[in-house]
Amino acid sequence: MVRIHAAVSDVGALDGLASQDSPIHRLDPRAKIAVTAMFLAAVVSFPKYEIAEMMPLFLYPAVLSAVGQVPAKTLLRYLLLASPFALLVGVFNPLLDREVVVHWGSWAVTGGWLSFFSILIRFVLTVSAALLLLACTGYVSVCAALNRFGAPRLLTMQFLMLYRFIFILSDEASRMVRAHGLRSGSGRKPTLRVWGSLAGHLLLRAYDRGLRVHAAMLARGFDGTLHPPRAFRWRWADSLFVAGCALFLALVRFGHVAERLGAWVLRVSG
Amino acid sequence: MSHHIVEVRGLEYVYPDGTPALRGVSFRIEHGESVGIVGANGAGKSTLLLQLNGCLLAKKGTVRIGDFPVTRETLPRIRRSVGTVFQDPNDQLFMPTVEEDVAFGPRNMRLPPDDVEQRVRRSLEAVNAVHLRPRPPYRLSGGEKRSAAIATALSMSPDILVMDEPTSGLDPQARRKLMDLLGRFTHTKIIASHDLDMILRLCPRTIILHQGSVIVDGPTASVLADRELLARSGLDLPLSLQVCPVCGKTAGMPPRNDG
Repeated sequence: MVRIHAAVSDVGALDGLASQDSPIHRLDPRAKIAVTAMFLAAVVSFPKYEIAEMMPLFLYPAVLSAVGQVPAKTLLRYLLLASPFALLVGVFNPLLDREVVVHWGSWAVTGGWLSFFSILIRFVLTVSAALLLLACTGYVSVCAALNRFGAPRLLTMQFLMLYRFIFILSDEASRMVRAHGLRSGSGRKPTLRVWGSLAGHLLLRAYDRGLRVHAAMLARGFDGTLHPPRAFRWRWADSLFVAGCALFLALVRFGHVAERLGAWVLRVSG
Repeated sequence: MSHHIVEVRGLEYVYPDGTPALRGVSFRIEHGESVGIVGANGAGKSTLLLQLNGCLLAKKGTVRIGDFPVTRETLPRIRRSVGTVFQDPNDQLFMPTVEEDVAFGPRNMRLPPDDVEQRVRRSLEAVNAVHLRPRPPYRLSGGEKRSAAIATALSMSPDILVMDEPTSGLDPQARRKLMDLLGRFTHTKIIASHDLDMILRLCPRTIILHQGSVIVDGPTASVLADRELLARSGLDLPLSLQVCPVCGKTAGMPPRNDG
């Protein structure tokens, strides 16, 4: 539980990054959301055995994290945190798909291994793009921009509240588990019955807490509308950013950049 | 300046589960007054405060803030003039940073960005918390959270400040600082608390609630010195009026800070 708690408080580090100032931070949140969506679409649209052609896409997170002053170490930490999910999705591929697809020298590579690595690469690309969006925009602005794109207000409010409650719930949960630990003898894990009761209490406490936070929001004039910290203003830099990224993504997706680059390198060196 | 007046008449409230919380509460608080609301646990203090900003609406009786009764229609106006500081600052601070939290109210009032910025700065200055501005609320200490929570209420430029247990959970130094701060505010103040010494110092007038009814409403100096009355309400003399176990003397009335 301590580890979960530490991981959750880590999530807060993104907020700190979002309050920085950089050319990426100054872009309109809508531009960044649009580009992130295009990026995700490009990544998932590659065929399942594709690896090499996706490589140039790493340029996007690399440039964004450099210009947006998001330390690679922070990104890596979050990626590691989420990696079990991706591993779980792909881990059976090598067992199920044993057909040899390519030969790398004397090494016969099966389709399963290729698709497994392909999933991992997609995971790194998509998750880092989403993290960079948050780290360079801020959670409230992302939610407000989603609203502007026509996402239901109820949904974006839930995103916002979810984000706030992660911290409060993890606090509450760690206090309950500690209280249990102190009265249950050393190292004994809670039984299923106790877990049920703990979870039930957590739900009820969360509900009460939700009512109180709602009251506090109403007391400060909340009427269901989100107001982002920076007013949305679309400038030419935003259009340029979207157009540039769209061009890059189209080039990588349809222009066989990796293949041509490889052929060119071979020609030059050979 | 009639908009600073709080008038409660025959207020009754029963919780949805049937628990009666308020039974015929009436009082009138004038402009600039500081009033302490005290009572044992479950006396109805918090419920009463939630009625003052319309988070709960009266089932019977009326609550008037200035010229307006608290009804569903007047809520936006009421909430602009009544600033509420809740008992647990964790309930009040829900945005990613202190700055955004303090700006939450002014932004809901649809003020232009410059005005929002000015209000954020002034409110944080008022509670000596400018340095907390970029910090996430969940990383603050108890005292810092309390200051930030008060700033979130101040940023709405309220006429009336309603506070629920503002000194609970604070260390002695933080408590003293908070009392000094509250003493400087010129707002109409309504403070519910078990901290009778704080009430003694900040509020010239005290209302005692007992089982949902007002059993006394009078000058703090006499109300909080009446041991028998306090005992009947589940309370005890403020520490400063109790006999010192070491020297056998009482500290006596503290210098009052009326703001």
